[in-house]
Amino acid sequence: MNWKIRRIGQAVFTVLAVLTLSFVMIRMMPGNPVDAFVARVGPQLENPQEAYERAETYMNINPQEPMHIAYVNYMADMIQGDMGRSMSQNAPVAAIMAEAIPWTLFVMSWAVFLGFAVGISLGALMAYWEGSKFDSALTGYATTITSIPFYVLALFLLMTLGYQLGWFPTGGRRPEGVAVGFNLPFMMGIIYHATLPVLSMFVASGAASLTMRGNSVRVLGEDYLRVARLRGLSDRTIAIRYVARNAILPMYTGLMIAIGTMFGGAVVLEEIFSYRGMGYYMIQAVRARDYPLMMGTFTVITIAVVIALLIADLTYGKIDPRAGSEDREAF
Amino acid sequence: MKRSDDDDRRAGDSIDEFVPARPAESSGGSAGDGAAETVRSDGGTVGSGSPFETTSSTEETRGDRVRRFLDEFVRTPWSILRDDWRALVGFVIVSVYVLMGTVGVYLVETTSPAAGPKLVGAFQSSEFPLGTTSAGKDILSLTVHSTPSIMIMMTSGAVFTVVVGTLFGVVTGYKGGLVDTALSTITDVFINIPGLPLVIVLATLLEEWINNPVTLGVLLAIAAWAGLARAIRSQVLTIRSESFVESARAMDLSTRWILSREIVPHLMPYIVVNMVNAARRVIFAAVALYFLGVLPFSDANWGVMLNNAYNAGALYRPSAYHWLLVPMIAISGIALGLILLAQSLDRVFNPRVRARHQNTGDGERLEPDTEDDAKDMMNV
Repeated sequence: MNWKIRRIGQAVFTVLAVLTLSFVMIRMMPGNPVDAFVARVGPQLENPQEAYERAETYMNINPQEPMHIAYVNYMADMIQGDMGRSMSQNAPVAAIMAEAIPWTLFVMSWAVFLGFAVGISLGALMAYWEGSKFDSALTGYATTITSIPFYVLALFLLMTLGYQLGWFPTGGRRPEGVAVGFNLPFMMGIIYHATLPVLSMFVASGAASLTMRGNSVRVLGEDYLRVARLRGLSDRTIAIRYVARNAILPMYTGLMIAIGTMFGGAVVLEEIFSYRGMGYYMIQAVRARDYPLMMGTFTVITIAVVIALLIADLTYGKIDPRAGSEDREAF
Repeated sequence: MKRSDDDDRRAGDSIDEFVPARPAESSGGSAGDGAAETVRSDGGTVGSGSPFETTSSTEETRGDRVRRFLDEFVRTPWSILRDDWRALVGFVIVSVYVLMGTVGVYLVETTSPAAGPKLVGAFQSSEFPLGTTSAGKDILSLTVHSTPSIMIMMTSGAVFTVVVGTLFGVVTGYKGGLVDTALSTITDVFINIPGLPLVIVLATLLEEWINNPVTLGVLLAIAAWAGLARAIRSQVLTIRSESFVESARAMDLSTRWILSREIVPHLMPYIVVNMVNAARRVIFAAVALYFLGVLPFSDANWGVMLNNAYNAGALYRPSAYHWLLVPMIAISGIALGLILLAQSLDRVFNPRVRARHQNTGDGERLEPDTEDDAKDMMNV
C-alpha cells in the first residue's frame, strides 16, 4: 500500500517536473519564446501593453510578472487544463488536444498490443523448436526487422501498399462521407485507416520475439521445470503456467519502455500518414513555431506515457507476487 | 567477469605458495627444530614463513603480462569471432560504413545541383551509379558525404548515453539509501518522458546551441540514458552482495575503488553491448528528426535526403523511388551491422563460450561445449 502511494506520488512529481521544465524553456532561457514574441508583436501594436496581454493569453505567461509569480500562475493554469491558445490553429490548445488524443491512443494501443502479442507468440514458437530451421529462419527475420526503423518501414508500406497497389488509404484517419458514431461502416473505416500505421510499428515485434525466445530457453533449463515434468503435469499446463508465465514476466519492464518509445514514435508516424493525432499537431506546431501548441502536445504526450507506465507498474504486483518489496541495506 | 578470471588464474599459477614448504631437515623431527615449528590445531605445521607472506617463486615478467593481455583481449575474442558468421557480417558492414566515412569522402567528389541530368535511375549510368535527385545531384555522393557526420553523432550519442547511464546506474544500485532515492527519482522522471518528443522540443528551443554533430548526439542521448541507468542499477543490485564486493568492503576500500575497480569491470560486457545498441537508437532518432525537418541542417544527410525525396513526391513517383530507397537502405544497413555486432559481442563476453576458446594449455574440456551438451548433462 505504501509502495503504491509512493509510485503515484512519483508520477505526479514527474508531471510537475515536466511542466517546470517547459516553463524554464519558454520563459527563462536566453532568447526564449516569450521574449521573442513580445519583441516581434510589440512594435506592430499601437498599445505596447497589449503585447504582454497577448503573451499571457497564448502562453499563460505574463512577461511583466516577476519570475516566481509567473511560475506559480503558469503551473496553476496548466494544472487546471488551460494550456494557452494555439497561434497557428487559432483555437485553445486544450480543445485541439481533446480532439486529437483518442486517435493517437487508438492507433498506439493497437500497435503496442499487436506488436507484443505477435512477438511473444513467435518467440515462444522459436524456443519450442529451438535449433531447428524454423528457429534460425525466424531469428534471422527478427534480427533483420529490428534493424529497420519504424518510419522507414512506414514509408515503404505507404509506397507499396498505399500508392502502388492502392490497398490502403495513404492518409487521413477516418472514411469520407460516413456518419460519425458507433456504426459498422465508420468503425471498419477507422480500422482500415489505422492499418498501415499499426503495421509499421510491427518492427517492435522483432525485438520482443528475440527476448521472449531467450527467456523461454532459459526457463526451459530451470530445475523447477524438471520437477514439474516429474510430477506428471500436462504439457499444456507446463507451457502456459510454467514457461510462458516466467518468460513473459521479465519482459514487462521492456513493454513499459516500449510504451514510451511508441508514443514518441507517434510523432513521426502520424506525420507520414497525415494522421491527425497529437504527434501530427506537434510537428505542425514546430514548423509554425507555434510554441503554446508545441508545449501543449509535449505535455499531453508525456502525461499519457506517465499514466500508462503508472497503470503498468501498479498492475505488475498482481502478476508477479515478488514485486514491490525492496528493502535493502544502504552503504 | 574479467577481474575474477584474473584472480583465478593468479591463484592457479602460484598454487605452490599455499602449500607450506617443509624444510628438509624438519622431517627428522629433532628437538632443535621443534622450537621453530608451531603445531596447528589440525595437526599440520606451519614453517617459518606464513603462507600469506611468502611471495611467488616465479615472477611474472613483462613478456608474461603481454602474452596474457594478448590472450585475453585479442586471441580469445578473435577465436570466438572467427567461428561466428554474425560477427563477421557485422564487422564487415560496420567497416564498410567506417571506410565510407573516412576514405570514401576523399574518393567520391562532392556534388552540386545540376551536376547531372534530373532523376537518373539507379544502376543506369556509370557516372551516377545510384542515380540523381530531381535537382540533378549525385545520390552516391550525397550518401557517402552524409556518413562522417552520422558517425560522429552516433559516437558522441552512444558515449554520452553509456557514461551517464553507467554512472547513475552503478551509484544508485550500489549506494542505496538517500543517494539511491534522489538519483533514481531523476532517472524515473527521464524514463517517463517520451524520448522523441522531448528531443524535438529541445531541438526547437535550443536551436542556436545545436550546430554540430557532437552536441546533436548528446541531445539525442538525453532521451536514452535513463533506460540504461535503470537496467544497470538492477544488474548492480544482484552483484552488490557477491562475495568479492563484500570482501572489498571488508578491506575498507573506498566506494570509488569498489565501483570503478570491482563493479564496473564486472559489468563491462553488458555496458559494451548496450553502447552498440545506444548507437543504433541515436542514428534512428537523428534520421527521424532530419526527416521531419525539425533539425537545422547545412550539409547532406540521410534524413535530409529522405525528407527531400518525400517532399518531391517520391512515394508515388516510380521515377524517384531510388532517391527514397537509397537512404532507407543506408540506415537499415548500418543498424543491421550494429545489431549483429552487439549479438556477437555478447558471445565474446559470454564466459561459457570464452572458456571453450581460451588457451588453457591442458586442453581439457572443463565446460560443456554447447548449449545442447549442457542440456544433455541435465537430462541424464
